[in-house]
Parts: sequence; C-alpha cells; structure tokens
Amino acid sequence: MMTQATSSQFWLTRPFGERATQTFLGVLFAALLLVTVLHLAVPQGHPLHVNAYTVNLFGKYLSYALLAVAVDLVWGYLGILSLGHGAFFAIGGYAMGMYLMRQIGDRGTYGHPVLPDFMVFLNWDSLPWYWHGFDMAWFAFAMVLLAPGLLALVFGFLAFRSRVTGVYLSIITQALTFALMLAFFRNEMGFGGNNGLTDFRELLGFNLRSDATRLGLFIATGVALALGYILCRAIVTSKLGRVCVATRDAEARTRFIGYRVERFQLFVFVVSAMLAGLAGALYVPQVGIINPSEFSPLFSIEIVLWVALGGRATLYGAVIGAILVNYAKTIFTGIMPDAWLFALGALFVLVTVLLPKGVAGLLGHLKRRKEDDHPPKEAAA
Amino acid sequence: MRRFLSLGLLCLMLLGTAVSAQAQSSSSTPDDQAALALLTALDVDSYRDKGEAITAILQSDDERARDWLQALLDGRLQRTDDGRFVLVLDNRGRDWPVADALTNEPLGEMSRRDLDRIGINNALRNQLRSAIAVVDLYSPNVERRRTSADRLLGEVDGELAETLEPVIADAEDEYVRTRLAQAVAIYRAEQGEMAGVEALTGSLHPRARVALGRAANSDDPVVAEAAATALAGIEQQLKINRGLETLYFGLSLGSVLVLAAIGLAITFGVMGVINMAHGELMMLGAYTTWMMQQLLPGQPGLALILSIPAGFMVAALVGIAIERGVIQFLKGRPLETLLATFGISLILQQLVRTVISPLNRTVVTPEWMSGSLVINDALSLTLNRMFVLGFALVVFAALMLIMRRTRLGLEVRAVTQNRAMARSMGIRATRVDIMTFALGSGVAGLAGVALSQLTNVGPNLGQNYIIDSFMVVVFGGVGNLWGTLVAGLSLGVINQVLEPWAGAVLAKIIVLVFIILFIQKRPRGLFPQKGRAAEG
Repeated sequence: MMTQATSSQFWLTRPFGERATQTFLGVLFAALLLVTVLHLAVPQGHPLHVNAYTVNLFGKYLSYALLAVAVDLVWGYLGILSLGHGAFFAIGGYAMGMYLMRQIGDRGTYGHPVLPDFMVFLNWDSLPWYWHGFDMAWFAFAMVLLAPGLLALVFGFLAFRSRVTGVYLSIITQALTFALMLAFFRNEMGFGGNNGLTDFRELLGFNLRSDATRLGLFIATGVALALGYILCRAIVTSKLGRVCVATRDAEARTRFIGYRVERFQLFVFVVSAMLAGLAGALYVPQVGIINPSEFSPLFSIEIVLWVALGGRATLYGAVIGAILVNYAKTIFTGIMPDAWLFALGALFVLVTVLLPKGVAGLLGHLKRRKEDDHPPKEAAA
Repeated sequence: MRRFLSLGLLCLMLLGTAVSAQAQSSSSTPDDQAALALLTALDVDSYRDKGEAITAILQSDDERARDWLQALLDGRLQRTDDGRFVLVLDNRGRDWPVADALTNEPLGEMSRRDLDRIGINNALRNQLRSAIAVVDLYSPNVERRRTSADRLLGEVDGELAETLEPVIADAEDEYVRTRLAQAVAIYRAEQGEMAGVEALTGSLHPRARVALGRAANSDDPVVAEAAATALAGIEQQLKINRGLETLYFGLSLGSVLVLAAIGLAITFGVMGVINMAHGELMMLGAYTTWMMQQLLPGQPGLALILSIPAGFMVAALVGIAIERGVIQFLKGRPLETLLATFGISLILQQLVRTVISPLNRTVVTPEWMSGSLVINDALSLTLNRMFVLGFALVVFAALMLIMRRTRLGLEVRAVTQNRAMARSMGIRATRVDIMTFALGSGVAGLAGVALSQLTNVGPNLGQNYIIDSFMVVVFGGVGNLWGTLVAGLSLGVINQVLEPWAGAVLAKIIVLVFIILFIQKRPRGLFPQKGRAAEG
C-alpha cells in the first residue's frame, strides 16, 4: 500500500503522504477556519454566526478528540484496553490547573499573595513542595507532559514486565484511576479536594474569560489535535508500529521472534499517556475547572466508547467518535437528561455487538461498495 | 414446670425483700387519698420540694409509683384545671388522650390548653432515672431488672449505695448481682476506697475506667497504685477486645466482598468474560428484598427469607437475558464484552432510577436479626453482620458442593479448563455458559439480598462494590473458589486493620495499590490455575 511506497521517507513526515491523513488534516483545518470565520466575520444575530459559547464547546470536543486518539493508539494498535486513561488526562489537567491557580496571585477571595484560596481556607501557611515551580509557565507545561508520562512509565513498567495483559490490565488500570480519584478527593492531598481547582483568570497573560482567548484556545486545541494525530500516525506506520500491531495480534509469537514486547508496549503507553495529559491541559482552561470527577472510572470507560464508536485502529475514527458522542451528550443532557444514560448504555451494547468496526468501518464499507459499483472510474483514478 | 414454679417463688421472695427494704411508713395498701397526697406534693414550685416528693413516692410502695415517675420523667404527668392528675398517653397533635393517674382509667381526649405539665430540671431528671432504676430492680421481669441494673452504673451515690448493699446480697440473677456490685464499686472507687478499686479490677465498662482513673489520682498512694495497676490491666484487655472487634468487622466486610465476587469469579473463570453489570445484578437482588417487604407489610422477616430465592431468580433471569441477548454474540472478544456489559449496567441503573426512585430505599431489618450479641462491656457483635457472615459461608459451601458434586459442576470445570476439549467430549458448552451465567448472576442477587441488611438500597449500590469485587477476583486467582474466599476475607480484614490507622479513604487506596503491586509479582492471583488451562 501507500506505506510500502513511502517507507524510505523520514518517519515523522511519512504520514503526509497518506491519503487518509491528508483528508483528515484537510477536514480539520477547514473546520477550524470555518468556525473562526463564522465567529469573527459573521455579525451577531445572523443565523450563521457561531457564538463564543459554541466555539468553547467545540474546543472542548477537540480536546476530547485528542484524548480519544491517545486511547486509540494503545487500544487499536497495541491491544491494551486502558480503562484508566482519564487519570492521565486529569493529571495533565491538574498540572495546567496548578499553573492557572498560581497565575491568580493575590486576586483570590482571600487575597493571599502565594497560596491559592483553598489552602488559605484550610489554614495552610506555606505551599506544599510539589506546588513549587508551577508559577513558571515552561515548568508547568513540561509537567503537563512529564507527570502523566512518569506515572505511565512506572505503572507500565511494572505491568508489562510481569506480562499483565488483557482483561487483567483493564481492571488494574481501572483500579488505578479509582485509587487516584479517592486520593484527589482528600483535602490533605493539596489539590483542592472535592472542589478541585477553579476560578482561573489568565493563561500566559491572556484573560481566560475573553472571547478572543477562547477562540485562540479552540485553534490551539485543533492544532494540537493535528500534531498528535500526525505523531500517532507516524508511530503506527513506522516499523515500531508494525511490531505493535504484531503484539496486538499475537503477543507470544512476537516475543518468540525476538522482540522485547514489553519495551514497545511501554514506549507507546507512555506516549499515549503524554498525549492524554496534553489533552487534559487544553481542556482545563476551556471549561474553567478541574476536579477529581475526571478520574472517575465512568469517564475513562466512556473514552473507550468514543473510540469503539468511531472505529478502532484508525485514529480518525477516534476523533469522529469523540465528537459524535459528546455532541449527542450535549444535546441529550439539554433536552432530556434522564435519557442520556439510557442512550449511552445502549450505545455501548449496540456498538460492540452490531458495529465492531465503528463508524470508520461503516464508512470503509460504503466506500468499498461504491468502488464495486463503479470499478472503471476508480481504476482510471 | 418446676423451673417455672421456682422462678415464680424467687420473684415473690425478691418482691418480699424489696417491700421489707423499702417500706418505712405507709401502710401496705395506701388508699387513693394517700396517693393523691403524694402527687399533690409534686405540684409545687420549688425543685427541692419536688425532689423530696419524688423520694416520698419512691418510699411508698405504691404499685403505680413507677408509672408516675416515668410519666414525670417524660413530661407526661400533668394536672388538669380542676386539680386532678392525669397521664398523657400521646402528646402529638392538639388534643391528647389522657388517663387518670390514680385509677388508670382512660378519660378520653383533653385539650392541651386545659393541662398543666409538672416541670422538672436536670438534677431531678437524674434523680428520677435512678429512682426508676431502683423500682425496676424489684420488677418480676428479669430483663427489666437487668436493664435497670445497667442503668445504675455510674449513677450511684452514697445513699443509694447503702440501699443497694442488701439488694445485691439477695439478688437472684447472676447478671443483676454483678452489675449492681459494679455500680456500687464504681461509687466506692470514686470515693478512693480500696474495696471499690479491687472490685473493679478487670471490669471493661467505660464508667469503671472513669472511676479507676479518679481513684488513680487519689491521695492514698496505696489506692492510687492499685488503681493504676487495674487500669493498665483493663487497657490491655481493651486492646485485645478492640483487635477482636476489628477482626469481626473485617470478616464481615470480607464476607460481603466474597458474596459480591464469587459470582463474578465463576463467570469469569468459565467464560473468560468480565461482567461489568454484576454490581447491578446485586442491586436487583437488593431491590427484590425491598419489593418483597412492600408486598408483605408487617412481616419483614418472612419477606427477607422469601427474597432469598426470589432475589436469586430475578438476578439469574436477568443474567440469562444478558447472556442470550448480548454476550453470546461477543464470543472470544473479552474486551468488547466488558464494554457491552458496562453499557447494560448503565441501563439497569438508570432504569431503577426512573422506575423506582433515584433516592435510597430502606429495607427493614427483622427483629431476630437486629440487636447485637454482647460478649462483654467492650465487645458486642452486631447480629445482622453475623447473619451475613454466616450466609456468605453457606452460599460458598453450596457453590462448592455444586462445583464438586453435581453434573453441572463437572461440566463447568471441564469447560473452564479446556473449552475445545470439553466440547469434543460431548459437553454442550453453550448450555454450560448459560447455566454458569445464570448461577453467577443468581449469586449476585443473593449478595444483594444480604447487602440490603447492611446498607441502604439505592441505584448506586452495585457500583460501589464492583471495583472491590474485581480486586478480590484478581487477587484470589481465576477459577478457584477457595482463592476468592481467602482473598475476600483477607482484603476485608486488611481494610479494617488499616482503617483506624490511615482513615477509610487512605486505607482503600493502600489496598488498591497493594493489589496493583501484588499483580506484578503474581499476575494470576493467589491461587493460579496450573498448566495449559492458564493460557486460555
């Protein structure tokens, strides 16, 4: 296929030669442009105008899409069903949240120059050690990637080394995020407990409540999604990616051929966790709050549903799934909140039973049918 | 028959001694005139005079004395405008049903405006409690005598101690005698008397500890030292008792975990699928109990017993529906099965929320299951937890029997070990799948019935236990019921041991981290399957 012809290229630029990636990037940037134009150029009140709230909503969907791409990377190409990716997302979000908290400075309710409000409220007199450095943007942004990466490294090292796979791995990733949720609910942890971190004001000097910043964040998230997609695509089309797929399909055989399977698993798992962290960091300034509910096992398993609905092992399917499910969620919870959980539950069942390849599989199926209907045209092209 | 006769005799003798101990002035059958005088004496402004009136009532051996004192304590002894005394039977609403305090005849309803309450203060309240306890000591009812002896602990003053001494000597009931002796000893120890300290050595009652603590500060060095030694011994005893209590709570929690996890272990072991809706099957079992109690009002015990088979059936049928409707289409795709059953769990939860209520429902604990088994003053074991513990063991034994002694068990074990080989030997694996799933789900229903006796029944009931039960299965090893039992009980105990030291949340986190680390060392649990079956 395409990869065969372009395999001599530099691995990071290889995805650009792919038809699917070109289409995906084209659609993504067209959408970004369209929303920006409709927001800025079309006057308010006009039916085509996209208001700031909607831009913000789209930005949120895009960060979810990046998270779904990260999950698809490990589930689709490595066969690891992580039910704990919400944890990496939340940790990235907390790293960003800590930076934003420090940016509040003395403008909090209690007006303390250093301590965030909730610490003053808890009568703490100094900053815990792990809060130091988060007043510097570069440090916080590094932590957005490093903190989830480190957790994934330690957890993955332990798990893959002792060959915990399949359902067992799914269960302990779920236990991981559950344990973290319980931990972050504790006030003593120093992350705001139940309420989490909120009341943010500025990011890199930009007022988070202004429409312009919201648009900027939306575009930044879109760009991050594009970059994350290209990175994942580059990984899965490289030799390393093929070892991953081999591991997914027959772990024991791959090991017997001589590959140190656990190293490949660990590498991809850490990359995926970092992408999830990045998604979390982009999510937090857009929704304005991060609290322990992002650690809840329900959220993590919902991410998996996005990927399953969109179609595993396609990456663009994950993006479609994330946007579809979350759009449906926004609609449903607005009109009939009680029905949402029914719909979500039904989606889980229907997708796994009737649509094992997801929407992407359905698209591929339709395309193939079309090709069958018009063979000469396709051949000419 | 002879026992009853002798018991009656004892009671009569006890009453006799009581009368002789108490009777001072009044005649043996005081007429209503005297009784009215006693009550009128209460209707004064000075609390001191009221106190004396109470003593007078106590010393008259009028058989209505206890009712009056109790009514006075509860604020139900009231005076009507025309100077009669009445007992208010029910003081809710505007008009109260009353009875004549002297004749006990119902007088119909009276407006609360026409009644005047005889007020008391805290000092009188304490005096009344002791007084009622003393009156109760002569009750023919053993239970009442015991309760009153309990109530006197720490309430004894010098005068009462004098009164009690002969009562102790005459008390027939062993429990009453030791309790009263303790009550007096507490008073004596508080006064710094050696006899009291000696009598209290080894007593675990909190009031005894308080008394010894005071005696340890006594001016008399000998008494102080004896008290300190006694205290140290008591502390040691308490520590042991606390340990036993923790163990009991741990086993109780563990038995719940075993009940929750064992069904999961069966389905996971046989079919290799994780049923995320397992918790919701438990929830259905719990709601079955609630429903049964709604259907049989006033008979919570019967309803509970009936809901054991009913809960099993409901959960088993839903389980079969899940297996036939969804899981059979996902053969060989365990991760997809996990997702699909999670979807089912969401639907079941929301269904209960919509159809019944999002709020918790309370399931009544039948009388024979409430209360607790008192071992000593520091240790009492609640009965409902004991029942659940026993129930878990019975369910475990039954499952063990099914697995070891029935045709179904044999087939289940065969399919667990090697599905393809079992099928080629003529075992209908599909049928085994259905039966196992029904069995596992039914056990989840039983777990729900048991849980309804320990916690509130709500839509989230199952969700709270699902991760824990996974941990038990993973910890114990798949396909091994003993593993599940050992893992469940030990996780329960570990959790309870850690709890006072680390707090409930941190204890849970520690246990989760421990299991994650444990999996590293032994990826297939405490009791892994050996051989080729393990590679399934």
